[in-house]
Amino acid sequence: MAMEMRLPVARKPLSERLGRDTKKHLVVPGDTITTDTGFMRGHGTYMGEEKLIASVAGSVERVNKLICVKALKTRYIGEVGDIVVGRITEVQQKRWKVETNSRLDSVLLLSSMNLPGGELRRRSAEDELAMRGFLQEGDLISAEVQAVFSDGAVSLHTRSLKYGKLGQGVLVQVSPSLVKRQKTHFHDLPCGASVILGNNGFIWIYPTPEHKEEEAGGFIANLEPVSLADREVISRLRNCIISLVTQRMMLYDTSILYCYEASLPHQVLSPGPLPSSLICELLCCLFRDNMHISPILSQHPSV
Amino acid sequence: MASVTLSEAEKVYIVHGVQEDLRVDGRGREDYRCVEVETDVVSNTSGSARVKLGHTDILVGVKAEMGTPKLEKPNEGYLEFFVDCSASATPEFEGRGGDDLGTEIANTLYRIFNNKSSVDLKTLCISPREHCWVLYVDVLLLECGGNLFDAISIAVKAALFNTRIPRVRVLEDEEGSKDIELSDDPYDCIRLSVENVPCIVTLCKIGYRHVVDATLQEEACSLASLLVSVTSKGVVTCMRKVGKGSLDPESIFEMMETGKRVGKVLHASLQSVVHKEESLGPKRQKVGFLG
Repeated sequence: MAMEMRLPVARKPLSERLGRDTKKHLVVPGDTITTDTGFMRGHGTYMGEEKLIASVAGSVERVNKLICVKALKTRYIGEVGDIVVGRITEVQQKRWKVETNSRLDSVLLLSSMNLPGGELRRRSAEDELAMRGFLQEGDLISAEVQAVFSDGAVSLHTRSLKYGKLGQGVLVQVSPSLVKRQKTHFHDLPCGASVILGNNGFIWIYPTPEHKEEEAGGFIANLEPVSLADREVISRLRNCIISLVTQRMMLYDTSILYCYEASLPHQVLSPGPLPSSLICELLCCLFRDNMHISPILSQHPSV
Repeated sequence: MASVTLSEAEKVYIVHGVQEDLRVDGRGREDYRCVEVETDVVSNTSGSARVKLGHTDILVGVKAEMGTPKLEKPNEGYLEFFVDCSASATPEFEGRGGDDLGTEIANTLYRIFNNKSSVDLKTLCISPREHCWVLYVDVLLLECGGNLFDAISIAVKAALFNTRIPRVRVLEDEEGSKDIELSDDPYDCIRLSVENVPCIVTLCKIGYRHVVDATLQEEACSLASLLVSVTSKGVVTCMRKVGKGSLDPESIFEMMETGKRVGKVLHASLQSVVHKEESLGPKRQKVGFLG
């Protein structure tokens, strides 16, 4: 049995260690961004006393004449077309309430939900009574954002066979600002597991299903035991993602894969969700060496 | 206790993983998460410790005050425990929500210290029947990430190790009135011997096996747990079953053996860490809460 007890070590910011040249303009609420009135106000700013003041804590971004402040730690703010992974919290009359790490619970209407087998028909009263048979409290689903209401609540839909209820796997919750926007968020990694990078920060790691012919939206739950080799891959991926998150690195398929490959020669799996800071640093330095392309690095705010 | 909702498939995944001795984060059934211990973090206490076990964060402060000994034990001092579940740990603890859990943990601490050998209470006596030291042990739950009892017992032991009680002398006048004199040197103090202070090992039954140091997700899959309080020599001082499920007498025996084995290693690691911290001396860099 393994038992690791140690004294706490103060964390050094990553940018200091690697000597980054680009200094981010970090602000806190109330800081003046600029006194020049020629700029357009973007998100996270407001005009007060002839100057532009920040309303959130984050880094200032400027695109031509638009100044906005991108918050470092925030709840998920829905945009149409995002892929999210959510957990059902309530079953209501004609809809489900889904928790997606945003300010308000998201809504999944019964009419936006795929019926098992991919049927297309009008939802009847029997469907309404059988709602709990489809999705219960605690179930995990993958869905796409259909619309955003005026109060910020998000309306989801699972109108494609690749969305729906999720089966066996591991959920990792990270900050939404660390998930990079990409063309596709469903990745089948070559190491043997698949991952769904939800834009709301919920990351779902699951064993790659063998039969890909009919994706029935996950209603046929596969509760067979997952093999030991797949479990090792999933646990290693989970620890890699958590170590990337502690170093505030963006998450996308290549970054996770590089981290996984860098961790392979190390001791099987570290005891605990957070590997020791030494491994963290080593992995992120190796990762930076591999990724010579800097545009991605300059996009993320490092603390 | 804070709890997470899980889907059926997630629970099945966790249960099968425990069966194969490979948990979600890669640990075996008898592995602990990485523990961070730091003592002397609160300056206005006689002793303090902070323990981080995964996402569980506990802060313990010990204050030594003068009081009168209890009537049935006139030659001994005593310990008083108080557990505060702060609302920042989880929204369920807001208002009076955390009181139930707090009293449960405090009662468990009273039980495990309720024997003659855990702490030598005679060292806390100043003058029999009149004055004694009372150690008020305050536990603050900062964050709840599963396995509260273990983390709290580790923090209490580390805080008691760190406690420095000022040395006092009782002077008698000719008329017989007693005066208590504090020593001039602020570093002249008595330390408690924590050799026999027990630590709690929680064993959760998941499926047909049991695990040590369960996370919140694993606790949601387990119906019954056994809390075993073990000293560094492997002696069990107290045992308690929690949860609404039932336990087989054979599994209770197995869990107790595992608890004794794991407890000895836990004590050895804790001893080495606190001694190492003390050997760094007063010049060590304190990380505290801003690290």
